Amino acid sequence: MKELILISGKGGTGKTSIIAALASLAENKVLCDADVDAADLHLVANPQVLSRAEFRSGHTAAIRKSKCSECGLCRELCRYSAIDADYHINPLDCEGCGVCVYFCPEKAVDFPENTCGEWFISDTRFGPMVHAQLGIAEENSGKLVTLVRQEARKLADEMKHDLILTDGPPGVGCPVIASIGGASAVLIVTEPSLSGIHDMQRVIELANHFKVPAMVCVNKFDLNPDLTADIEAFAKAEELTCLGRIPYDPIFIKAMVQGQTIFEYNNDSRAGHAVKEIWHALSKKLNL
Amino acid sequence: MIVSIASGKGGTGKTTVATNLARSVGAPIQLLDCDVEEPNAHLFINPSFESSQTVFLPVPEVDEDRCTYCGKCAEICQFKAIAVVNQNILIFDELCHSCGGCWEICPESAIIQGRRELGIIEKGQSNGIEFIHGRLRVGEAMSPPLIKQVRAYQDPQKLTIIDAPPGTSCPVIASMKESDFVLLVTEPTPFGLHDLKLAVGAVEILQIPSGLVINRSDLGDDAVKKFARQKGLPILMEIPFDRQIAEAYSKGEMLVDVIPQWKEKFLELHDKIRHLSKNQTLNTKH
Repeated sequence: MKELILISGKGGTGKTSIIAALASLAENKVLCDADVDAADLHLVANPQVLSRAEFRSGHTAAIRKSKCSECGLCRELCRYSAIDADYHINPLDCEGCGVCVYFCPEKAVDFPENTCGEWFISDTRFGPMVHAQLGIAEENSGKLVTLVRQEARKLADEMKHDLILTDGPPGVGCPVIASIGGASAVLIVTEPSLSGIHDMQRVIELANHFKVPAMVCVNKFDLNPDLTADIEAFAKAEELTCLGRIPYDPIFIKAMVQGQTIFEYNNDSRAGHAVKEIWHALSKKLNL
Repeated sequence: MIVSIASGKGGTGKTTVATNLARSVGAPIQLLDCDVEEPNAHLFINPSFESSQTVFLPVPEVDEDRCTYCGKCAEICQFKAIAVVNQNILIFDELCHSCGGCWEICPESAIIQGRRELGIIEKGQSNGIEFIHGRLRVGEAMSPPLIKQVRAYQDPQKLTIIDAPPGTSCPVIASMKESDFVLLVTEPTPFGLHDLKLAVGAVEILQIPSGLVINRSDLGDDAVKKFARQKGLPILMEIPFDRQIAEAYSKGEMLVDVIPQWKEKFLELHDKIRHLSKNQTLNTKH
């Protein structure tokens, strides 16, 4: 089974639109949305939810006023300044470390488990999909990413599908690290801008750090052909495969507004032909 | 005054708005790039960096001569960063959140403070803008502690503009909290709208006055505007899609340098923000 993760470093380079387009082309696959913090793939995939479950992770401390003697020990020990002078714990500042819970001489601190979000197994017109939504302002996105990836693998195993197509989050931090560890490969979707290149270089470094093979494709390449050439030269110097270039094409937004992939919107677009070529190269590379 | 620029969805134009606003308003001003995973504002501001500081997080190390393998440290650690098995103690320092529980609890004072590199903070100047950004070490998972360190440079004598990361989870909260105003930047597409709703939810939790900038405002559909009207979220600026703007952006050029008329619009945006942050703050207090 192959697991391909789309990442980009920089946000807004077109990961989700491209993975939706690939979903139109690939067969026998499971879709997975690992951008749990701001998941968007469902807006095109229009999943029919088959099962849902709460995502519980971590704890938040809360002081029980009736038991609290206001001795001040918790405020002294808390490294996150989460406890104010009225002995109220701000849940947004609480890291869930449990130090106040353990040391409180009055045992006045409760420590309930957090419900941080929800995850789903769904059916779509492209096949099964595993996705999630982290609660707003919640933590532990990395753990939720790990969970949806595990569930996607289980599902692919059960259904004997040989490919998992995963939409990854932007950045290089915790959710991205959780998205790429142990994957068959990452496809880095970049754009020809100084920001795009800068962020791509960091995400390549991350893929190397975790020893995940990386490939590159350039979206909106014609907005700056010189930088596109620079990106491809950089990728080659890093011994990464360049899978192709996709032109700037308003079809991506038009299709998105209709809740469609670019192929469903119009099967004969410039961008569509480019994505087909990339898919062809990708299939070869992954031995699909 | 502290103004954070956030969005939910990535790539909507946060950095464009943050850098052009900073350049248009001018001194006394500082720009803090809190998107420490992928900082980009320096590519437009081009500051000459004067200082670079490596930032660490304290993590436990064990003095094995003192350790009795009692296991209390592993028991208190909520993050599974310490494991004690028979006569062995293992520390997974990349999982440590620096809560200090193990130091406090160890009866033998066998836990000594080591450190883990979070990244670097660089400080510089450009055209009267004091510029500070953090760069998370590649491989480091936790960005909020570095974001907090970048925010320690806030100067109350100056207008502080914060370029926040995308999303709505802990790094975004760390970047926005205790701001006087959050400027949300979105694009009028289904993805932009969906993630804007999440970002508005986060701003509501923090109870900070906010307003909206719609970028590439002539693409997509009008659902973002409808949502803004329903929510009473004021639309403070619209930037149409313009290939000239996109190409300038790709080269790291500032909008106000390429099309100087935009400076006036960013100054108007600043006026609106000042006005709204005062009024909306008064409203929440009443």
